[in-house]
Amino acid sequence: MTAAGWGHAGVVAATAAGAAVLPEVLSLYATINATSFVVLAILALSLGLVWGFGGIVCFGQTAFFGIGGYAYAVAAINFGDSTLAAPVAALAAAAFALVLGWVMFYGRVGGVYVGVITLTATLILYKLVNATAGPEYAIGAARLGGANGMPATPPLNLPFDPASSLGPEASLRVALAALAVCYLAGACLLAAPFGRVAVAIRENPLRAALLGYDARPRRTLLFVVGGAMAGLAGALYAATSFVSPAMFGLGAAAQLLVWTVAGGLGTLIGPVLGAVAIQYLTLRAGELGVLDPALSRIDSNAVMGLLLIAVVIAAPRGVWPSLRRLAAGRRR
Amino acid sequence: MDIVAVAALQLLAGVAVLALIGIGLAVVFGMMRVINLAHGEFLMLGGYAAIGGHALGLDLWVAMLAVAPLTVGAAGWLVERLLIRRLYGRMTDTLLATWGLGLLLTGGVSMAFGNTVRGVSAPLGSFAIGDFGVAVYDLVLIGAAAAVLLGVYATLRLTAAGLRARAVMQNPGMAAALGVDPARVHAATFTAGAALTGLAGALLAPMTGVVPTIGVAYVAKAFVTVIAGGASAVAGLLSASALLGGIGAAVSYVATPVLGEVALLAAALVVVRLWPRGIAGRFFGAPA
Repeated sequence: MTAAGWGHAGVVAATAAGAAVLPEVLSLYATINATSFVVLAILALSLGLVWGFGGIVCFGQTAFFGIGGYAYAVAAINFGDSTLAAPVAALAAAAFALVLGWVMFYGRVGGVYVGVITLTATLILYKLVNATAGPEYAIGAARLGGANGMPATPPLNLPFDPASSLGPEASLRVALAALAVCYLAGACLLAAPFGRVAVAIRENPLRAALLGYDARPRRTLLFVVGGAMAGLAGALYAATSFVSPAMFGLGAAAQLLVWTVAGGLGTLIGPVLGAVAIQYLTLRAGELGVLDPALSRIDSNAVMGLLLIAVVIAAPRGVWPSLRRLAAGRRR
Repeated sequence: MDIVAVAALQLLAGVAVLALIGIGLAVVFGMMRVINLAHGEFLMLGGYAAIGGHALGLDLWVAMLAVAPLTVGAAGWLVERLLIRRLYGRMTDTLLATWGLGLLLTGGVSMAFGNTVRGVSAPLGSFAIGDFGVAVYDLVLIGAAAAVLLGVYATLRLTAAGLRARAVMQNPGMAAALGVDPARVHAATFTAGAALTGLAGALLAPMTGVVPTIGVAYVAKAFVTVIAGGASAVAGLLSASALLGGIGAAVSYVATPVLGEVALLAAALVVVRLWPRGIAGRFFGAPA
C-alpha cells in the first residue's frame, strides 16, 4: 500500500474508532455538538475537494449546503420518512451545481470570478429564502418560514421505518460514517485518472487543454460532486438541528472558508481537521464568555476576520500542509 | 404622464445608486486587478464617518462630502500599506485577506458603536410632479453619481497622474523603467478608490441608515455590477449600472424589492455567462 493509501486507511480507522467510542464517553450536550462538527466537516471536505484539487475558487459552497438542508426538510416532512429525503437533498444540490457549473465553466469564467459568482449565488438564495415568510410559501405540507427557517425538521430514522427515529448517539455514528464515505469517495476520485486530470487542469488549464483534456466537462463534474457532498452535509445538518436562511448567509460562507483555508488546501484531511478544530476552539471561546463578561463582548466576526487574515499572511498553504512540511524537513 | 416622469426618475436614481456603490471597487479592480471584498465595509465606514461627524456638530454636507472620503481614504491607505501590498499578484489570497478585513471591520464597529441602526433624515425635503412627491435627495444622488463618474474619467484621461496610473495598469515593468514607481501608484489608486467608496457610503447613509452589517447588503450588488461591467472603470461601470440597475428598478416596480434585487443579481450572472470579459470588454475596446 502506498503512503497515501495508509493515510486514507488511518482516516477511516479514526472515524470508525470515533463512532465506536465517542457516543459512549461523551455527554449528551457534547454528542450533539460533536455531530454538528462532523457534519460541517463534510461540508469543508466538499469545498476542499472542489477548491483544493479542482482549483475552483468556490466561495458559495454554502449554497449547496443550504439547498440540501431545505430539500431534506421539505422532502422529509412531505414523505414522513427521512430515508429518501437525504438522497433527494444531495440530488437537489447536485442539480443546482450542474446549472451553476454549466453557466460558469462553459462561459469560460475562471479564477476569482468563480468565487464572486458563487458567492453571489448563495447571497441570492439567502435573500430569496429570507422572503418566504407567510403561509403562501409552502411546498406540500412544509412551510418555508422566511427568516425563521423551519424549526421542526424531522430527525433521521431507520430506513423505511419512520416510527423509529435515531437518537443523538446514533446520529453521531451516521454523521461519522457519512464523513468516512465522503472522504473515501473523494480519495478514490482523485486517485482515478479523472482526479489526476483535474489536478493538471488546476495547475495549468491551457497546458491541459493543449494535451487534449477539455476542462469544461471535468470542472463541471467535479463541481457537481462537491455540490452533492455539500447537499448531503446540509441534509444531515437539517436532520440533527434545523434549517434557516443563515445556512446560505455570508457568515456561514466565511466560516467555511476559514476552516478550509486554515486546514489546508490541496489535502482532503486538512479541511476536515480545520473544521473540527476551529469549531471546537470557537465553542470553548464562547464558554469563556460565561466566566468573564468582558470576553463575551468580543465579536465573533472580528475574531473570524483576524484569523482569516493571519492564516493568509502567516500560513497561506494552511496549517496542516505547513506542519507536514515542517515534519518532513526535520526528518531529512 | 406624471407617473412616467416619476418612474423615470426612480429608475435613474436606482442606476445612480448602483454606480455610486460600485465606483470605488471599479477603480481598484479596473486599475489594479485587486478585488477588495471589504468594499461593503468601506461603504459602511463612510456612512459611520458622515453620521458620526454630523453627530459631533458638523454640517451634514461637510460630514458627507469631506469627512467621510478623508476618513475612509486614510483607512484605505493604511490597509494598502499593511495588507494589500503583501499580496499583489495573489488574487485569491487578496480576496481571502480582504474578506477577513471586512469581517474584522464589521465586528470592530459593532463592538465600538453597538449593533443598532443609526441614521439622519435625508435633507432637502421633496417636490411635486403632478400628484406625486419626489425626494430632492434623489436628484442629489443622480447628480453626485454623474459628477463622480465624470471626475474619475477626467482624472484618468486628462491629468498626468491619470496617465501614470493607466501606464502602470498596462505595463508595470515598463512604467517602472520610465521612472514611475508602481508601488506608489498602486497605493495612491487604492487610497483614491477607498475615498470614493467612503463618499458613496456617506451619500447613501441618509437613505438607508447605517448598521455594522450593512456592507453585506451592498457587497453582492457592487461586485456583480463591476464584474459585469468588465475591466474598464467608467465605461464598464456605467453600462453595467444602467443595465442591471434598470432591470432591478423595473422588477422592484412591478413585483417586490426583494425580487428586484434577485433579478439584478440573476441578470448579472446572465451577462457574465454571455460576455465573460464584461460589457465593456465586449463592446468597448480600450480600458478606462
